[in-house]
Amino acid sequence: MHMLKVLLSRLGQAALVMLVVSAVSFLMFRFVGDPVATMSRENATVEEKAELRRSLGLDQPVVVQYGRFLARTLSGDLGISYRNQRPVTQLIAERLPATLELVIVATVLSLALGIPLGVLCALKPNGIAARLVQALSLVGISTPTFVTGIVLILVFAVSLGWLPSFGRGQVVDLGWWSTGFLTASGLKSLLLPGITLALYQLTLIMRLVRAEMIDVLSSDYIRFAKARGLPSRYIHFRLALRNALMPVITVTGLQIGSLIAFAIVTETVFQWPGMGLLFIQAVSFADIPVMAAYLLFVGLLFVLINTVVDILYAVVDPRLRARSA
Amino acid sequence: MKARHVATLSVAFGALMGLAAEAKTLRWSSPTDLTTLDPYAHTESFTTSMLHHVFDPLVRRGRNLELEPALAVSWKTVKPDTWRFELRKNVKFHNGNPFTADDVVASITRLLDPGARARGNIATVLKAEKVDDYTVDIVTNGPYPLLLNDLAGVYIMDKEWMEANGALKPGNIATGVTTAASTSAVGTGPFKVESYKPDAGTTFVVNPDWWDKPQHNLTRIEFKPVKSDATRVAALLSGELDLIAPAPLQDLQRIGSSSGFKVIEEPSLRLIMLTLSAKPELKAMPGQKNPMLDVKVRQAMWHAIDFETIKKRVMRDKSRNTGTLVAPPVPGYSKDNDQPLGYDQDKAKKLLAEAGYPNGFKTKLNCPNDRYINDEQTCVAIASMWTKVGIQTELQTESRATYFPRQDRGEFDVSMVGWATLPPMDGFSVLSSLLTAQKDGYGGSNSSGYTNPQIEELTRKAAVELDEEKRRSMLVEALKVARDTVAFIPIHQQPVAWAVRDGVDVPQFPDEYVRLWFANVK
Repeated sequence: MHMLKVLLSRLGQAALVMLVVSAVSFLMFRFVGDPVATMSRENATVEEKAELRRSLGLDQPVVVQYGRFLARTLSGDLGISYRNQRPVTQLIAERLPATLELVIVATVLSLALGIPLGVLCALKPNGIAARLVQALSLVGISTPTFVTGIVLILVFAVSLGWLPSFGRGQVVDLGWWSTGFLTASGLKSLLLPGITLALYQLTLIMRLVRAEMIDVLSSDYIRFAKARGLPSRYIHFRLALRNALMPVITVTGLQIGSLIAFAIVTETVFQWPGMGLLFIQAVSFADIPVMAAYLLFVGLLFVLINTVVDILYAVVDPRLRARSA
Repeated sequence: MKARHVATLSVAFGALMGLAAEAKTLRWSSPTDLTTLDPYAHTESFTTSMLHHVFDPLVRRGRNLELEPALAVSWKTVKPDTWRFELRKNVKFHNGNPFTADDVVASITRLLDPGARARGNIATVLKAEKVDDYTVDIVTNGPYPLLLNDLAGVYIMDKEWMEANGALKPGNIATGVTTAASTSAVGTGPFKVESYKPDAGTTFVVNPDWWDKPQHNLTRIEFKPVKSDATRVAALLSGELDLIAPAPLQDLQRIGSSSGFKVIEEPSLRLIMLTLSAKPELKAMPGQKNPMLDVKVRQAMWHAIDFETIKKRVMRDKSRNTGTLVAPPVPGYSKDNDQPLGYDQDKAKKLLAEAGYPNGFKTKLNCPNDRYINDEQTCVAIASMWTKVGIQTELQTESRATYFPRQDRGEFDVSMVGWATLPPMDGFSVLSSLLTAQKDGYGGSNSSGYTNPQIEELTRKAAVELDEEKRRSMLVEALKVARDTVAFIPIHQQPVAWAVRDGVDVPQFPDEYVRLWFANVK
């Protein structure tokens, strides 16, 4: 009964956040421009343009436009793209697999490399390897994504010719999902954008693991374990790392939302046909239905992830349950 | 019967050649993608050029951009407002359906539907009527000299296919109707669409039953859009692409010096110019008389710009400076008009003083920063040149998505415009859209408020003049008035620059269309 109350209040808050997201994004559209100019031919007449503006409902006050948008969205209709006259839901469904596969690869890469490197830095903080990794991580965290992407392309595609410079390669359709995991060219294509997207995340996880490990290693139970003469391998990986990983898992989960948002730049550099590229094109065309749907989707994702995390916390920790209710 | 013989022969020939006939694939890229496969649902010249590989119009542009027969073999005007077209026989759509007059009527009717985005492309057409299976009449609203120009952009769709797929009417954003034509295309053209994946790629395969004799040797076209300039160039250099169009100006030298690649370039039809406000006052100087109303001031502004420097420094010597508002291949162009006023700071200052502005005046200059080649840098140069002669110029640049709506609303004092006269490819488009008052369908993009009674009269006369020689001389005369009164300051003609790997032979066209039915690869 108590749990249900927490759940309901959480969902209520989530709905409110979504409403705010939609209103703010709608207000923003006033500043990204007006699609009529890009939708008209070069020598369109004044009447033609006015008619187009009217038929899109853009001559109405913003409040009316927003009201119509809300009503439509609540009835499950995200509208039709101005740019290519296809249903927005269909466009997003087409692009979702590309973005999610990229995010999965980036997450796996950042965990697979970030955790061991973090452990290394924590165990031998003054070793040469640790210092090198620390220095490189500074580069990783401060280099803009598009620079990393272009450098990787120049090295691995142009100079060495090992990997493709853009696109998803050959994809296999499994129902509505298209995957690059099942072909050699698909897997090769995932590498460079995956690394580019993972880099920031990787350094974040590495630094987090390092800090947590150092923290845990100086705690009492580790010292007692050492005093008992347990093997250091057992202490480091079974006892210390396990405890250090709790916050890493939380952060990784929360970061999935930002990875999807960060993917915009990576997708543009690598012509990755995902949602980020769709959004960038919608912005340059002032394709309002697509922009609105994308922002709603990303907003929804953040809200969902955070809500799930909050609820899980409440399940795990009774103290939080009381506070959030 | 004859066609069947040819077909049998070619099959036999193909079998003989057997091993020699290998697959020729052209892989190419551009920053934009096809927005849709529905030829009537967009107004972009890039998508139009792509779909030309799949569809044929009644008349098309040939190797020198001249109008030539395509699905129509001949035409004549039976009345001043009625054109009769004789259609090509034995033409088949990609699905095997024969091409007849019914397809033309259904296509024109579909394009005339109020929901069709490209409806304005045939704004003067009233209807198409079938005379017999291979004869069609097209009726215009009064005499209309540019019908063929307009029809060169009207691709003929298959009536049976449209009926079967519920696409007889075009999609409509306002009512939320979408059709199968957005994602599948059945035409009569030299290539068939094999797959269409937005942002990932579109693949075409050769149509062996095309009615025309192919001048290309391709069996397959793989088009992959790449938005990022740096990535597109890298993909060419790494051997993943055979052609990129356009190639970014800043990379031309690097591509040209890489072995195995070359840059091909020529001037495009697109002219870049500045509009000068003809309104009572400037936004930069509210409450005072607009100095630009005086022709001497407008001449001074022209004299003050050093176009050679812009060409060398900003355009890397790839542009062509111009004195008129249309490019040389376009009807209405004349060499006499194409004389820039010439860079002369002293003369500019003198003219300003004569006009009563010895200390200059203030103005704003607005430019897009993502629409034309090096648009922002060009405007930065112009602003500093004007400031040198005393015209204090406040420059503002912004993205096309916000720039053009503001220009349309007439919010600018001086602003940049590019005009390619497409799709009609005729000087009339400059006159009727930019140089005439916003009235009766004229002046659609005239944001500065410029008008001139002589140009108004000549434009309206040219609109209905069917004698081509007379019509062209009217265009030339009107554009002379525009130059003499400095209606606009023309800056330059943009270059079209592409890059290819060695062994790829693709002709370039000033309208920037990529026409791969003229492409040959080794």
